[in-house]
Amino acid sequence: MQCQICKKNEATIHLTEIIDGVRSETHICQDCAQHQGIVVKSQMPINELLTNLLASQPDDEEIAGTLGIAKSCPDCGFTLDHFRKEAMLGCPNDYEVFEEELKPLIEKAQDYNSTHCGKVPSKMPVTKKQKIEFTNLQKELEIAVQKEDYEQAAILRDKINVLKENSNKPDL
Amino acid sequence: MKLTDISNDINEWFDGSGPLSDIVISSRVRLARNLAGHKFFSKCSADEKQEILEKLKGVILPLDIGDEIAYINIDQTDELKKNFLIERHLISRNHAFSTGPRGVIIAHREFFTAMINEEDHLRLQVLKAGSQLEECFDLINKIDDMIENKVDYAFSEKYGYLTACPTNLGTGIRVSVMLHLPALKMTGHIEQFLKATKTMKLAVRGLFGEGTQAIGDFYQLSNQVTLGISEKGIIAKFKNEIIPEIVEYEEAARKQLLSKNADLLDDKISRAMALLKNAKLISSQEALLLLSHIRLGLNMHNKLGASTPAINELYRNSRNQEFENPISVKMINRLFMLTLPAHLQLNCGKVLDPAHRDILRAEIIRKALNQQS
Repeated sequence: MQCQICKKNEATIHLTEIIDGVRSETHICQDCAQHQGIVVKSQMPINELLTNLLASQPDDEEIAGTLGIAKSCPDCGFTLDHFRKEAMLGCPNDYEVFEEELKPLIEKAQDYNSTHCGKVPSKMPVTKKQKIEFTNLQKELEIAVQKEDYEQAAILRDKINVLKENSNKPDL
Repeated sequence: MKLTDISNDINEWFDGSGPLSDIVISSRVRLARNLAGHKFFSKCSADEKQEILEKLKGVILPLDIGDEIAYINIDQTDELKKNFLIERHLISRNHAFSTGPRGVIIAHREFFTAMINEEDHLRLQVLKAGSQLEECFDLINKIDDMIENKVDYAFSEKYGYLTACPTNLGTGIRVSVMLHLPALKMTGHIEQFLKATKTMKLAVRGLFGEGTQAIGDFYQLSNQVTLGISEKGIIAKFKNEIIPEIVEYEEAARKQLLSKNADLLDDKISRAMALLKNAKLISSQEALLLLSHIRLGLNMHNKLGASTPAINELYRNSRNQEFENPISVKMINRLFMLTLPAHLQLNCGKVLDPAHRDILRAEIIRKALNQQS
């Protein structure tokens, strides 16, 4: 589609405006959008994204206010201020200690996913392994259905059923 | 293993072989892991870093990975050698220039490296030539299993493998393909490709030299999401959707150049050859761009049977039995790598300022290309 303003470039930005119930559509190119002052968000470096996300959360004092104390990890002394400066956590335990504060940030950075799907250490107890395997299969099933690959979906459904039977926990 | 033993040649994953290698130069899979019961690297004391280093060295060095392996102490490596290791993609910039006890274990054939005490305690990497992500993953997964038998990784049921930065959380996997996309650039479609990668949640970097604008038509494409999608799911997406789509775009652009813009293509290759054969000073950026055009010409002949005066001359050079080193994709790849700043300096045995590097670079390229004329 051609840009409606310069009539030269390919229109890559599609605006829909509804004013007084009247809907109008505009199709323009990146250059003209910039010219018109329409902000087109470019890809943001991930560290910047994380820092911005944290900055938009309540600051330390507010968190301290709600929690009664400025929270820090008992294992490594990590605080949210540390994360704001370095975009790194202090130890594995921080994921648990700061679960609530990190949750929106993890979801944003990870395309709104919040649970692991994939490899599990071989040493892990069988029941825990099965639980993750169950999540993995469900995820694969979702994708197969989305792609309308019903043959694959049937195979996955059977695998899920076998897993359920083996675990003797229908509500796994 | 002496670095000067490997600095005179290209590594295995850059030799121009492998599936779809005219466009997909190489494939890389990286896993981020941390040891349970330890702080993450940035919070560790020097003693704890040393303890982690010794522990992981003790576990990885005896492993049978199908090649001899060597250890390099990065904390005691000089700047030039560190830059050389970065240029070879054996360590990251972050690993090279952080502080404290840290090192890298490298397979002699350079298809495997294990950075110890990078941003995470362990960063495993496997590289292969061409489009071979599944093969990379199979190998790295085996190595990871062998390590996992001997150590306890930090892992949570909810979040998977726990990493210092939440952007690596879950599988800890980073899957990358290194791409050569000169025709998309010449036909003005590269911006569309870059925009498409953003919507697909992929990260794009240059292949040589970090943060530089002119990257000589070489791009490194990686996944950004590591949580909620399995390793195999990410690789399947690359193998079945992303790579075929990019290869199709680039091939279409190459065919379009040939059918509608053969003069432009011929001009680019002729100019590249004339400059490279005659220049007395050449920057790494300029060399990268010009060598890219030669590489395109060779691959267009090999894959598409393209014929323009400049491509035909390249082809004649590649077939001439009298030449000691006939021009080939492998030879051009070799020139890319051997004329990078740290390679030049390590191979001539001294530190050179940029101006002297430009002289030496031009000389090496002239010698390689003029033997045929």
